[in-house]
Formats: sequence, C-alpha cells, structure tokens
Amino acid sequence: MTDDLIARLAADLKPVRRTALRERLAAVIVAGLAASAALMWIWLGLRPDMAQATDTAIFWIKSAYTLVLGLLGVWAVERLGRPGAVGTAPLLAAAIGFAAVAAAALVNYMTSPAQEREAMLMGGSAAVCPFYVIVLSMPLLLVALAFMRRLAPTRPGWAGAAAGLAAGALGAWVYSFHCTEQGLPFLAVWYSLGIAAVVAIGALLGHRILRW
Amino acid sequence: MSDLRDSEARLRALMLASLDGDAASYRVLMLDLRERLRRYFGRRLRGGLFDHVEDLVQDTLLAMHTRRMTYDPRQPFTPWVYAIARYKLVDLLRGSSQHKHVPIDDLADFLSGPAELEAADAHRDLDRVLDTLPQRVGSLIRSVKVEEQTVAEVAAASQMSGGAVKVAVHRGMKALVARFGGKS
Repeated sequence: MTDDLIARLAADLKPVRRTALRERLAAVIVAGLAASAALMWIWLGLRPDMAQATDTAIFWIKSAYTLVLGLLGVWAVERLGRPGAVGTAPLLAAAIGFAAVAAAALVNYMTSPAQEREAMLMGGSAAVCPFYVIVLSMPLLLVALAFMRRLAPTRPGWAGAAAGLAAGALGAWVYSFHCTEQGLPFLAVWYSLGIAAVVAIGALLGHRILRW
Repeated sequence: MSDLRDSEARLRALMLASLDGDAASYRVLMLDLRERLRRYFGRRLRGGLFDHVEDLVQDTLLAMHTRRMTYDPRQPFTPWVYAIARYKLVDLLRGSSQHKHVPIDDLADFLSGPAELEAADAHRDLDRVLDTLPQRVGSLIRSVKVEEQTVAEVAAASQMSGGAVKVAVHRGMKALVARFGGKS
C-alpha cells in the first residue's frame, strides 16, 4: 500500500524551485496589500494634506514603524510555515521595535508640556484608529492564513500570530496614508493596539484552522 | 556520529535532486524514509495504536510531498522530516491516553536510522551465533558476556558452581571463536 503511494508520489513529482516558498509568499502579500489599499482608497481615501505630510518626520515614522513590523511579520510567516521552526528572530525583532517606539513615545510624552499631552496621545481619532487598522488588515490576514494552510506549521498558534503580525502591521501601514495624527504616543498606543488585536485574531484562528 | 552525518548528507542530496524533479532520487528517498518512519512510529506506538504505524508513515510521506516547498534547502534535511513525523505522531496521540507516556522528543533517535539498524542487526547476529551452541552454554554466555552479570550471580541462578560456570563459558567462547572468529 505504501509502495503504491510512493509510486504515485514519484509519478506526480514536479520540480519545485528552491525559492518557491518565498516567491509565493511575496506574491500573496502583494495581492493582500493591493486589496487593503483599494479598500482604504475607496472607503477612507488618502489624507487630503499628503503633499505637506511627506515633509513631516512623524509621517515617515508612522510609515517606517508599521512597514518594518509588517516585513518582520512576513519574515515570521516564512519561518513559522516550515515544520519545526520557531521564528524567534523576527518575532523578537518585532518586540524590540515595539519597545523602542513605546520608549521614545514615553520620553516624548513625559518631556512635553502637560497641556499638549492629551492631544499627543488621543489625537482626534483614538477611538476609531485600532478599528480601521483591524478592518484594513482583514484582506491581508485572509491571504496570509490561506497561504499558511499550504505550508507545514508545527506551531499553529504562533504561525497564526505571525500571519496576524504581517497583516496587522501592513494594514496599519496602509492606514497611515489616510491618518492625519501627529503624535508619537498616538502611534505607539493606538496603532500598536490595532496591530496587537490582529495578532491575537491570527493566533486564535491559527490554532483552529492551521491543522494539517 | 559520522554515520549520522553521512546519512544526513545522502538524504539531503536525494531531497535536493527530488526538488529539481528527479523521480528516481525521489523514489530512493521515499523508500529509505519509509523504513525510518516505520521504526520511528513503531517504537512509539503501543497496543492498539500500533495498527496506526503504516497510516502515519503514509500520512508523513504524503505531507512531505505536498508541502515540500517548506523544506529550506540551506538547512539540514533530517530535522525537517522529523518535525513532520513528530507533528503527525502528536496529532494521532492527542486525546489518546498514551499521550503522556510516549517519548516523542528524540531527534537523535530518529536521525540514527542506519546506526540503529546496525545495532538491531548485531543483536540478531548475536542470537544466531549463540543458537549454534548447546542451549545451556549459550544462555550462560549471554548472562555473563552480554548482560554482564557476575559469575557468582549466574552460578547461583543456574545452580552450578562458580568454577563450572567459568569453564562452560570459556569453552563456549572458544568454540565460537573456532567457528566464527576472524583474523582479529
């Protein structure tokens, strides 16, 4: 019986490029990003002051923070999709990235005049920011988890969390082209909260659907 | 350890050829892995679960096949197969009462395919050799030389004098050397 199986598998053998996983992952993430960007464009629209915004440091800090976390998430997907892998390096790097931004935000908050603090932290959209991040992440989470199902994750919860980190942070990156908030503390708290929520959703879903 | 390295190098070369589409290498690889997987699962499944050995072997080979792009060609090959096999084993044991009693974390054990096989072969060879002697002498030699009991223990257990045990073992060994002994 096993002989039959081996014969069938050998007959079915097609070449697989050594970089196949990375290439397909890249294609899947680009597709998810395109869907997320289209959703943002139609639903929320680009920020009206885009031309001036690109002259401010905070615009680039928001963009870099979310993009770096997103790419670390993609790297974690690439690791955790392989059997036996733990993905320590990308996940640790993401944690350090969050800690660095949180520390900078804390210093920024503590050294600012008391009357400015409220605005730096809450801005005008604190209540909706994490929600937008979560919604814009959904196309990415969908494709990342679907891709992960074709891989061989031996830690389904962690693999789902990695997909959540990639989706949440890249969704936040897309959102940063709409959001007009200027505060570093705002970024550290509300963006991170949205991303963390998607990580949690990914972990919970991963635990259920990433069995093979 | 060099046995392990050799087998890893050989299997990895087969896998890389398989990824390039070489069906002949792939067959050799699968047949080799089938034996390793049978031993790996066979040693860990007791009682009724033993019937699942062949299912798990097939499950593992199939998962390897459909998910072969998850093998990172820059990494060793054997841990990759082991991780898949272990995952399939844990999946089966989940919910079974045997779960806590099965030693699943043993990469070295999985890696040591050929060496393990040699040890098993050596045991069978030893049995065959000892069977050529009168049963009583064979079992005395086994007790003293293989199981490393003391002459006094063996003498007591077999109701012989210590001297008689020593003489019987000595003569038996001499007979074996005469029959099987090489130049060494």
